[in-house]
Amino acid sequence: MLPTLNGRIQTRVFLLAVVGSIWTLLVTPVLPTGASLGASYGATFSVLLVVLVLGVLWELVYHGLQQFRWEKDWPTLFGLLTGVPEGLLVWFLFAGGALWIDSLSGPAFAIHFVSTWLIVWLVANGPMRVPFIHWRINGGRLI
Amino acid sequence: MSESTIAPQQASTPAQPGDLTDSLVATDVWTDQMLADAGIPVVDVPFVTVGGGIGSFVTVDYLRICGVPTSAMRVLTPLKTPWESYEYLTTVSQIPRGERLRSDSSSCPDNIWGFPSYAVREALQGDLKQAWNVLVEPIFANYYTPRAGHAFESMEKEMHRIRYPEMVVTGQVRMVRRRAGGGYFTVLTPPEGATPTRRIAYRSQWVHIAIGYPGLKFLPDLQRYRSRYGDYSRVVNAYERHEHVYERLHQRPGTILVRGGGIVASRVLQRLIDDRDQRGLQTQIVHLFRTYVDRPHGTGILKRRKGADGWAYQGFNYPKSVWGGQLKQQVRDSEGPERKRLYEEMGGTNTPVRKDWQEQLRRGRAEGWYRVVIGQIDEFRPAGDLVEVTVSTPDQGRHVGTFDAVIDCTGLEADIREHRVLADLLDHSNATRNPVGRLDVGRDFEVTGTRNGGKMYASGSATLGGPFPGVDTFFGLQIAAQEIADDLIRQGFAQKLGPGRSTSQWWKWVRNKQI
Repeated sequence: MLPTLNGRIQTRVFLLAVVGSIWTLLVTPVLPTGASLGASYGATFSVLLVVLVLGVLWELVYHGLQQFRWEKDWPTLFGLLTGVPEGLLVWFLFAGGALWIDSLSGPAFAIHFVSTWLIVWLVANGPMRVPFIHWRINGGRLI
Repeated sequence: MSESTIAPQQASTPAQPGDLTDSLVATDVWTDQMLADAGIPVVDVPFVTVGGGIGSFVTVDYLRICGVPTSAMRVLTPLKTPWESYEYLTTVSQIPRGERLRSDSSSCPDNIWGFPSYAVREALQGDLKQAWNVLVEPIFANYYTPRAGHAFESMEKEMHRIRYPEMVVTGQVRMVRRRAGGGYFTVLTPPEGATPTRRIAYRSQWVHIAIGYPGLKFLPDLQRYRSRYGDYSRVVNAYERHEHVYERLHQRPGTILVRGGGIVASRVLQRLIDDRDQRGLQTQIVHLFRTYVDRPHGTGILKRRKGADGWAYQGFNYPKSVWGGQLKQQVRDSEGPERKRLYEEMGGTNTPVRKDWQEQLRRGRAEGWYRVVIGQIDEFRPAGDLVEVTVSTPDQGRHVGTFDAVIDCTGLEADIREHRVLADLLDHSNATRNPVGRLDVGRDFEVTGTRNGGKMYASGSATLGGPFPGVDTFFGLQIAAQEIADDLIRQGFAQKLGPGRSTSQWWKWVRNKQI
């Protein structure tokens, strides 16, 4: 991808809010949460929200790192692998009790986070260009 | 007004009716009556594109997808297919259909969305290695690039899907002039005998100029050698047909001097070494760099390009983010000297890193049949059957060597004035030059100064130096097409390509449904 800082943030917010939410709606009922459906939705959407909000900060870091690249690009693989530190941070915050989420098991979190990350990454690397024809030449900006 | 544009060779011999007159040639803005008086028939069409290469093709493709009917557009071209000229250049510079270009996977001139990209398409046909390549590039693999043949075949499919042939009018465009009362006249010279008159004028509200490279320019030393000794076969430029050089090496061993540090030099070296490997030839190669890059280089820690063994390494002909990211934005927001500085920072001859090339050259260095010289050529002279070359080196003075042939891989582009349509625009239509000397265009690719009721646009190599750098590439042409289409949408010529229309049109593309 060839993002600008603004484009990164817009893409992050849009994809998590739209694609992430649709996926979370679909996947939550089958997650091994061990909690009621209402509590499960509360937990998974909270994870999504935290990934989105922290993600905006992460994007600042990625943008900084991108400045060391001659091409000023962000390779496809980076977009996939950055899920590892992001996922770990959210999990540690959750496990350390720093967040309000208290009804999501480790496996449920892992399945939800990894699957959401993969889907969002896949959409960003192709299908996103179908409805939003200007998106890729505008550095990932939607507006 | 320049001599070159006011004296068309046919103007003084009006043997055939409907030709340009001296008065037309000398007048900047034409009236309908002037053409009627000259007997030149006028064809009305809202939009014409001049050139008919890939620049015209992707622009028309975009507009067709935006709902413009074939009847509203004409492609004025001497080419049989949009890729004819491009394929000629890639073939002679050693990229036949089976070889890979230097182009990103999602730069698809047959598909404005760039999805599915070429690599994904190859993967869908069973070559999963290509999908893996785009996943891990450029960290764990060299950049994927499509085969030339893949690009041409997919363009051919799209050409029929959008009914492109219905819009093509064969001929050579002589000039575009503004029309009194608004719009433009584009004067076409059809093939001899094809029409009753020598010229036809297309009266349109919009004109798109996509004539490709204004021309090829050879370095003065090469030109001097040719004019002095009349030898066109032993000192060749890689953009000319030079198959005879390789054929001669099949008949007897020889030493070749290769000059240049760009992608064409890489390809020529590959061809020489492939022939050496496959046919057991004993070719000796001397490679001349003017600038030897031995390490990463640039203007600061945040602007450092890789380099080694003489070469500056870069995946594509510009840093990747000119096609959408930070650099695109930065150049778009710049003007004058600031823009020139940005162009200089990312400029310079370069070539991509490719494992097979690295392996070949490493072997050549180790076995002694590939040697590097740093310097500039002072002189070429024939020496019997060979060419004697004098090179000035920075630290070891002058060297003289004899070679069976010299393959010059420097590619200089001629001044835009070398193309007479562009020269005519500069002389008669208020077109101007940008900070790097090419045709000045705005952010929407309108040719600065030429507005006349309608608008004139330009894309491609002639516009290099404008607010968008990657103009002479597949994706660059599509980006120009998008900017032009957006501007035409604002003027009501085409329909907006919002998410709904874009998705439904993409689905038609997937099904190869004719539009």
